[in-house]
Amino acid sequence: MSTFQRHRVTPWVLMAPQLIIVLVFFFWPAITALRQSFYVQDAFGLGETFAGLANFTRVLSSQSYHEALFNTAIFSVSVALGAMAIALLLATMADRVLRASRAYRTLLIWPYAVAPAAAGVLWMFMLDPTLGVLSRALEALGVHWDYRLNGHQAMALVIIAAIWQQMSYNFVFFLAGLQGIPASLLEAATIDGAGPWRRFWTITFPLLSPTSFFLLVMNTIYAFFETFGTIDTTTSGGPGGATRTLVYKLYQDGIVGLDLGGSAAQSVLLMLMVGLLTLVQFRYVERRVQYH
Amino acid sequence: MRYHRPGLDVLAHTILIIGALVFMLPVILAVLASTQTPGALFSGTLPLWFGASGLDHYLTLLSEPVRGIGVPAWQLMLNSLLMALGIAIGKLTIAILAAYALVFFRFPFRRCCFWLIFITLMLPIEVRIVPTYGVVADLGLLNSYPGLVLPLIASATATFLFRQFFMTLPPELMEAARVDGAGPWRFFIDILLPLSKTNIAALFVIMFIYGWNQYLWPLVAMSSADNATLVMSLKRLTISQDGTPPWHLATAMTVLSLLPPVVVIVIMQRWFIKGLVDTEK
Repeated sequence: MSTFQRHRVTPWVLMAPQLIIVLVFFFWPAITALRQSFYVQDAFGLGETFAGLANFTRVLSSQSYHEALFNTAIFSVSVALGAMAIALLLATMADRVLRASRAYRTLLIWPYAVAPAAAGVLWMFMLDPTLGVLSRALEALGVHWDYRLNGHQAMALVIIAAIWQQMSYNFVFFLAGLQGIPASLLEAATIDGAGPWRRFWTITFPLLSPTSFFLLVMNTIYAFFETFGTIDTTTSGGPGGATRTLVYKLYQDGIVGLDLGGSAAQSVLLMLMVGLLTLVQFRYVERRVQYH
Repeated sequence: MRYHRPGLDVLAHTILIIGALVFMLPVILAVLASTQTPGALFSGTLPLWFGASGLDHYLTLLSEPVRGIGVPAWQLMLNSLLMALGIAIGKLTIAILAAYALVFFRFPFRRCCFWLIFITLMLPIEVRIVPTYGVVADLGLLNSYPGLVLPLIASATATFLFRQFFMTLPPELMEAARVDGAGPWRFFIDILLPLSKTNIAALFVIMFIYGWNQYLWPLVAMSSADNATLVMSLKRLTISQDGTPPWHLATAMTVLSLLPPVVVIVIMQRWFIKGLVDTEK
């Protein structure tokens, strides 16, 4: 790429807005969190003393952190697998009906635009213990439904709302991936006598694996962070912490509980987890690029 | 090529229609519930058609201060709109300028700048919410428009897309501009911006939806009712002392909150799909 070489100031003028915003509103907070994670504030917030890894050991050894970690794992895995499985099924069907696929795409992508918090309210209404359509169906089946008292049911509620919202994102990518699979491969398999079921598992599914892997990472990140609104509007992390995820705990400890050192340590741990995911993602993308 | 399996086509259509209906169901039920009188809604029969209240709850929410929030919903919607536009326009502006500098200029510390920006790619604001609050408070920006928007545009997604796009442009483009005596700003305005139109539209849709749907940051940074947004206020109508929320209002409020972004995504579907699939390449 040829470039403007003789301009010394112009590139800095162009870079300045983004650099300043990133430095002030990303690096400054991130570095503050890193620093605070090694300090303990005194009770009045006036002074602080260096505490080494004390914040980390306190967080990592606390029962409620283990619970939040466990909840996050259950929640993320359920949301990722659920949203991807439904999306893959619907995208495969939409890919099959060719011309109509655009119409179905319109009918299936709009939940992406619904706020996670609003998705939570919609499903909270569907599953309201007294008025909800689904809770009545469940009662008729003999399931006593009250997510405000039953932790497992509360978790099911936020998982369903999150799957509903995230499915459309996965659908767009799976449909794009399916439409990128060369027809000649599938034709060849058909001539060899492979039925649709076999064609899917031996050709389509393996060829979609880059898409699936990418979506797995994106869904995990979605479940980790963007579902804060879903959880806050519906269960507020309850009952008894049954839907308290890592981000929800971070919010409760840091913003509500004003535990600076502990929440900073939690921030740093979350950054490490996401950093690791990103690294895996980039490694994988690089490898994929080399194959082409 | 078609595989002659008409039975499978019928199956595909059936599954897709059921899928589309299931995904629409929560919104349909919320719309129906929002038109019921509280009496009809809480009497215990499922509302399967529009109720007697019509659009009354919507008009009440929009014109009178909402219970527990203190301002009418039109003001919440206006705040949400300003936030979404600020985030979308702000992010696009800083991103396209930075990407232009990174691709078309050579300057010291260029790689360093690149990494400083791209390290932000995967770390959403939720991870650093407490220290961000501290920084914004130190700057005196709590309950202010810049304080709301700036932390949310401190990320690299849009910069990444523009950079990818600029790198696919043929080098002759710039040679020609240089031969014609065009400086960097002329080149940017007359050539690069018009070429980026589709990318700008695509990113605008994504950023607008992202901005409109923000929840945690506005909740933390905007404590006064005058600055509240619609999405962050939803919770006020879903929590209640006696157990059952005022569903006729809560559903109407939720429909108000999802209508603008859903309309945007349906109308601008083509750009949205392009933007979504491109940003993640």
